Amino acid sequence: MMTTHRPPIIALRNVNKWYGNLHVLRDVNLEVSEGEKIVLCGPSGSGKSTAVFTINGLEAYQGGEVSVGGTVVSERDGTAHDLRRHVGMVFQQYNLFPHLSILENCCIGPMKILKVSRAEAEARAMEELARVQIADQALKYPEMLSGGQQQRVAICRALCMRPRVMLFDEPTSALDPEMVGEVLDVMSELSERGMTMIVVTHEMGFTKRVADRVVMMEQGSIIENLPPEQFFDRDLANPRVEAFLNQIMHA
Amino acid sequence: MTVPMTDIPSPPRPPQKGLVTWIWQNFFGSLGNSVLTLVILWILYKAITGAFTWAVLDATLAPATIRECIDAGGACWAFIQDKWRLILFGTYPFDQQWRPALALVLFLLLVIATCIPASWKTQERKRWMFGLWLVGILLIGVLMSGGLGLPHVEIRFWSGLPLTVLLAVVGMAACFLASILLALGRRSSMPAIRWICIVYIEVIRGVPLISLLFMANIMLPLLLPADVTIPNIVRAQVAFIMFFAAYMAETVRGGLQAVPDGQYAAAKAMGMGYWQSMIYIILPQALRITIPSMVNLFIAGFKDTSLVIVISMLDLLGTANAAKADPEWLGLFIEAYVFIAAIYLAVCASMSWYSRRIERRISMRQQH
Ligand SMILES: Nc1ncnc2c1ncn2[C@@H]1O[C@H](COP(=O)(O)OP(=O)(O)OP(=O)(O)O)[C@@H](O)[C@H]1O
Ligand SMILES: [Mg+2]
Repeated sequence: MMTTHRPPIIALRNVNKWYGNLHVLRDVNLEVSEGEKIVLCGPSGSGKSTAVFTINGLEAYQGGEVSVGGTVVSERDGTAHDLRRHVGMVFQQYNLFPHLSILENCCIGPMKILKVSRAEAEARAMEELARVQIADQALKYPEMLSGGQQQRVAICRALCMRPRVMLFDEPTSALDPEMVGEVLDVMSELSERGMTMIVVTHEMGFTKRVADRVVMMEQGSIIENLPPEQFFDRDLANPRVEAFLNQIMHA
Repeated sequence: MTVPMTDIPSPPRPPQKGLVTWIWQNFFGSLGNSVLTLVILWILYKAITGAFTWAVLDATLAPATIRECIDAGGACWAFIQDKWRLILFGTYPFDQQWRPALALVLFLLLVIATCIPASWKTQERKRWMFGLWLVGILLIGVLMSGGLGLPHVEIRFWSGLPLTVLLAVVGMAACFLASILLALGRRSSMPAIRWICIVYIEVIRGVPLISLLFMANIMLPLLLPADVTIPNIVRAQVAFIMFFAAYMAETVRGGLQAVPDGQYAAAKAMGMGYWQSMIYIILPQALRITIPSMVNLFIAGFKDTSLVIVISMLDLLGTANAAKADPEWLGLFIEAYVFIAAIYLAVCASMSWYSRRIERRISMRQQH
């Protein structure tokens, strides 16, 4: 990766977004190369979710440019729609489909969008579910599972689409504390397999272990973009980072 | 996490009450309560014994004349025994009435097969059900109208129960689809579509069904070129669908609103387009929520098919009226109305029983 300069798989260039008068993204610039793991943190309301949602076109943006794999994401010409199948998304509230079994949750995307056969989709789903130790629950419905299990299924559901990039928006913050570990383990394992990941999280242990870079946002701007060693280094620390870290340690 | 859990002593359990105590407390707890209970009991007693005397003890069976019926003082079932074919099949040629009868049985079997959840378990069975319906509808069509060696029977002779069922089933099926489109349209992000749907729903809901039926009957022919004639039944059907679709659309919209935003986001994030996310993710959830109100509308719709009588079509109510006009039985009508009321009641009660069953099934599945 050091030798050849590969084009970034995700690039945000001067992205701006407003909700009415509220300027939620201010000149956001971020490049992510293939295989990189980015952790995005920052105080509540700083625009982390919004930034992540622009990457798969769930949120429109008004200025600048977001591109994935070299294609500019735009709702108007349908590129956003085509790109989404390459960009997996995991939500804070899992958002599993309650009327479908775990297996069907994982199969519906590949079958209906990628037009994979049912047999193939089920094989794929079972493989992913086995990897996160949920294969034996495949025929149950989401409500019957614990939060941690549901979030692991949500990760499987995204992976069954064979995405090139995975986005996580606070995947563990709705979970009971004892279930956070099992989800973070799945994510660590995924990162070891070389997946490109952008994770919004305040789990600093996970960040230190997994992140290649830590990006901090405040009031819609990126105020820090550093490898974890430097980000957490008290001697170099930006006072705003320091304040934020202190705050989440004591939360 | 560290909320102190104080041991609250559980209150002593109330002693198990016997049935007699329970009845005593609930029905005779106070003076007013006791009086009310006794009055209601007395009314119930009078109503039940009265009905029983009329329908069974004093009733007259065939063979009997109207004179004998009147002398007996009770229900004249002989009248129904004489006229049931007229009431059920109306003006359909008498010697061909086995055809609508068979068509109704066929239809009933199809409905029963469809209502059994096991029929939808696998992909293959779904395909079978689809095929069965296609074949069934074709057969019913041939039976009713003729062909394959059966003499042709014009649509205007279809009447009685088959007509009621036809109006209700075709109407409700079309309504269901139309209402989904209207509800989606009303929530559309495209202003033109949204406004068309809103205006349509609000206007139609503000007009009585009966006036729509008159309009379809009288105004539609005026608007169309003179050489185009649309059968009565089609006009009534269109009025029906237009009316109930507007009501049902509001029910569906309620269901759509109850689906959390996260579901839309998850479907979209996966790469589903609008129609895919609606068909596979949103509508299955929304429609499940609306089952009770939907069945309510189906029941209302089934009964309201009887309004086609105002545009001189002979549905079940129309044929009952025709039966009572027979000079041989002049003066009798209660029996005919009781007869068709029983049919309506049986159909509506089955619908509401079945809807409770599926609701229970769904909630049971989600608890395990
Ligand atoms: N649909 C919306 N309409 C108006 N304002 C919104 C909307 N969604 C978000 N916002 C605002 O945009 C800002 C950024 O929101 P965003 O959800 O991206 O923050 P966040 O960093 O993810 O916060 P959190 O940690 O609470 O999830 C917030 O001030 C929020 O109130
Ligand atoms: Mg957020």
